[in-house]
Amino acid sequence: MTTRARARRGRLPVVLALPALVGLAFLVVPLAGLLVRAPWSTLGEQLFSGEVGQALTLSLVCASLATLVCLALGVPLAWLLARGDLPGRGVLRALVTVPLVLPPVVGGVALLLVLGRRGIVGQYLDQWFGISLPFTTAGVVLAEAFVAMPFLVISVEGALRGADVRYEEAAATLGASRWLTFRRVTLPSIAPGVVAGTVLCWARALGEFGATITFAGNFPGRTTTMPLAVYLALETDPGAAIVLSIVLLLLSVTVLVSLRDRWIATPT
Amino acid sequence: MSRSLRAVALFAVAALSLVGCGSGDTGASTEPTTTSESAAPAITGDVNVFAAASLTESFTQLGKDFEKAHPGVKVVFNFAGSSALATQINQGAPADVFASAAPKNMTDVTTTGAITGKPVTFVTNTLEIAVPAGNPAKITGLADFAKPDLKIALCAEQVPCGAAAKKVFQAAGITAAPDTLEQDVKAVLTKVQLDEVDAALVYRTDVKAAGDKVEGIEFPESDKAVNEYPIAVCAKAPNADGARAFVDYVLSDKGRDVLTKAGFGAP
Repeated sequence: MTTRARARRGRLPVVLALPALVGLAFLVVPLAGLLVRAPWSTLGEQLFSGEVGQALTLSLVCASLATLVCLALGVPLAWLLARGDLPGRGVLRALVTVPLVLPPVVGGVALLLVLGRRGIVGQYLDQWFGISLPFTTAGVVLAEAFVAMPFLVISVEGALRGADVRYEEAAATLGASRWLTFRRVTLPSIAPGVVAGTVLCWARALGEFGATITFAGNFPGRTTTMPLAVYLALETDPGAAIVLSIVLLLLSVTVLVSLRDRWIATPT
Repeated sequence: MSRSLRAVALFAVAALSLVGCGSGDTGASTEPTTTSESAAPAITGDVNVFAAASLTESFTQLGKDFEKAHPGVKVVFNFAGSSALATQINQGAPADVFASAAPKNMTDVTTTGAITGKPVTFVTNTLEIAVPAGNPAKITGLADFAKPDLKIALCAEQVPCGAAAKKVFQAAGITAAPDTLEQDVKAVLTKVQLDEVDAALVYRTDVKAAGDKVEGIEFPESDKAVNEYPIAVCAKAPNADGARAFVDYVLSDKGRDVLTKAGFGAP
């Protein structure tokens, strides 16, 4: 496997190398632009202002909770899509990926129509339990989970399809129940896919803007996550917006880099 | 392959430099509209109008009327928040006319020289209480905004409608208890239309534009925050003649009529 992989590397044809470099520049140069324009002199005081800390904490908490929700619901869903014997599985898979292409603002409106206090489901939550989700931190978590879950599902489903079913069959012939097989055989074998999906999901949730501001609104300390703070800062103080963006940028790069080695090193 | 790629790249560069409002070329001399040099130049081509989001309905109507009065002219609108538009114009977007929802955003472009002419205030707008149809929470005035058990939406202070809301609350001596501070006035209106909030502060024109789903309640303190809308021709307008004609049309009686119907006040 490793020798083949090495043999495949070698020199890249120019036809590929050139657009690859342009692509790289296209993605990296805007980030460099942010760093160049950052108001370094006031960086410290901007960073340690109460609002930034508040928004950052809220972002981290909400993105992590949303990722937990996605894991709890998304891994079983991926399993259903990969292994379940369902009619119309292609359609189901397409539906699951809808949040990927849906403008997040529309996703937010959709959530309001279903879970809002006059929504199809939300009105009963409100009447029976007195639960109102819009404009709450729970609403932020839901909006982020809605947008981020497809990243996890696609990643885990891919891993499940690539996993060798024979191990599961062997476990089953040895008397393991389906749940035990899933926990002890399937899950460890798809761990890299799950980790990759989790990281993508978390990163997407962290940067979520449209669905969050539409469904959960914007209130400091309750629903103002970093992306929302960036957007509003842009209206009056572009410098502050850049500082906030850099914090978000550093955070995601750190997490992605630290996790990358781990999920690549694990055998697939 | 690489040659056609290069051709595409060259074309893109050429197109960009042509389009740039703030690029080096000195405007008028290269404009197609300068071919006619009569006293009242026959205007042609596209007129790019950058207008505040709150002008969407009325300016769309005005654009249609203007096109009818000047066959062969097409008015192309770019509706967005005034501060976003000001940034775009300062970065060299090909704007002919800029209509801002606040004097501040107009100042942003006059200080950089992107607009050199004197902006004219063409309308004013005031705040109004917006409630869902039927007024389920029985809102009667600004004082209801202090009740914590009601769901209240306001604009964030960073955007003009939020700054105006802050002013009226200060004038009325009321501490509002909002549940959300939205990024623009249309987002606030959406929350009212979907009946997710009991009351909100938006512009009079937004209540009119929202139709049956939203009811407006006027309140006396609204005259403490009168928003003035300035309009001006861009210094590097690609279609300067068209731009001037459009601004004249907005300021004409016909233009005033459309704007008044939309709920705007006279300057």
